Amino acid sequence: MRQPDRPLSPHLSIYRWPVTMLLSILHRATGIANAVGLIVLAAWLMQAAAGEAAYESLTGILASPLGYVVLAGFSFSFFYHLCNGIRHLVWDTGRGFEKRQANMSAWIVIAVSLALTGLFWGLAL
Amino acid sequence: MAQFRLPRNSRIQKGKHFASASGASRVRQFAVYRYDPDSGENPRVDTYDVDLDSCGPMVLDALIKIKNDIDPTLTFRRSCREGICGSCAMNIDGGNTLACTRAIEDSGGTVKIYPLPHMAVVKDLVPDLTNFYAQYASIKPWLQTRTPPPPDRERLQSKEDQELIDEPSACILCACCSTSCPSYWWNSDRYLGPAALLAAYRWLVDSRDEATGERLDDLEDPFRLYRCHTIMNCTQSCPKGLNPAKAIAETKKMLASRNH
Repeated sequence: MRQPDRPLSPHLSIYRWPVTMLLSILHRATGIANAVGLIVLAAWLMQAAAGEAAYESLTGILASPLGYVVLAGFSFSFFYHLCNGIRHLVWDTGRGFEKRQANMSAWIVIAVSLALTGLFWGLAL
Repeated sequence: MAQFRLPRNSRIQKGKHFASASGASRVRQFAVYRYDPDSGENPRVDTYDVDLDSCGPMVLDALIKIKNDIDPTLTFRRSCREGICGSCAMNIDGGNTLACTRAIEDSGGTVKIYPLPHMAVVKDLVPDLTNFYAQYASIKPWLQTRTPPPPDRERLQSKEDQELIDEPSACILCACCSTSCPSYWWNSDRYLGPAALLAAYRWLVDSRDEATGERLDDLEDPFRLYRCHTIMNCTQSCPKGLNPAKAIAETKKMLASRNH
């Protein structure tokens, strides 16, 4: 049994993060961000249905510099979660578990999701 | 529930510095987590200057030298000093590993040494492994059979079947993997952790074992098995080069194919 007066050894504050650990928590964070982004997307559709004035009041906010930063964040969040989700699907088949493979797939996911975000904005703007 | 901040009694305070004797030429600093249960004080980090010219090459050599020559109160577990007993598992420079197989040279500057993460500390670098061992026992790490053994010989296994259990059998239960796992940090009361799950897998794939169904029943639980989110810290930290993450994925596959 754990003695209540025994101290707990440090964990997050001392652990050196392997890249795979960073991607894991980022997967959860982007999952939450995607849910929030979906609300923005739904609001955008509802305002479009509500008429021109309502639509322009929302796009006015979204087209501000801060709005662009937020939208860029949402788009990266979407592409990252998609790419890393595919990585998880491959893992579910029992493949890609060697240390070298897992680290390499981590960097591939980062590179591809950044590239897709860039491509998306290149096409959108 | 995950609590990210250390409890009040666990927060680390500034410790003492033990300077090396004059005349030392190749000095390396070791920052070591200290906790004395008799003092009533919070843990602290002491720093020791060690002359590498009169010290063996491994981190464990340095710890033994500190205990012998500088500070006899330093407490840690060690036995075989060759990576087979698993006693000297600790967190060195942010990663869990065995002090006896970790070269001092692998550290850039100061060697930072903490006990295995998110564990109750008995003293200094000695964590309480009671729960860890209980979890290992809970997966029934022994051969279970229903049929009687052949009257004239042992239960035999083909070379291929033996190879399946070769790697998972090499686990030394040092607890590096389980205590590197954030899922285990937040849920060690209900999640078995990579070490116990690797052991469970070793018996699941043993061709002689006849309790595969019951073993899978025991694992089919949102916490015991499925708190693994493939963070991969276990495989990254295993000092024996084993792959608990893959064993857990294979176990999930066995459950998925059994249910469909």
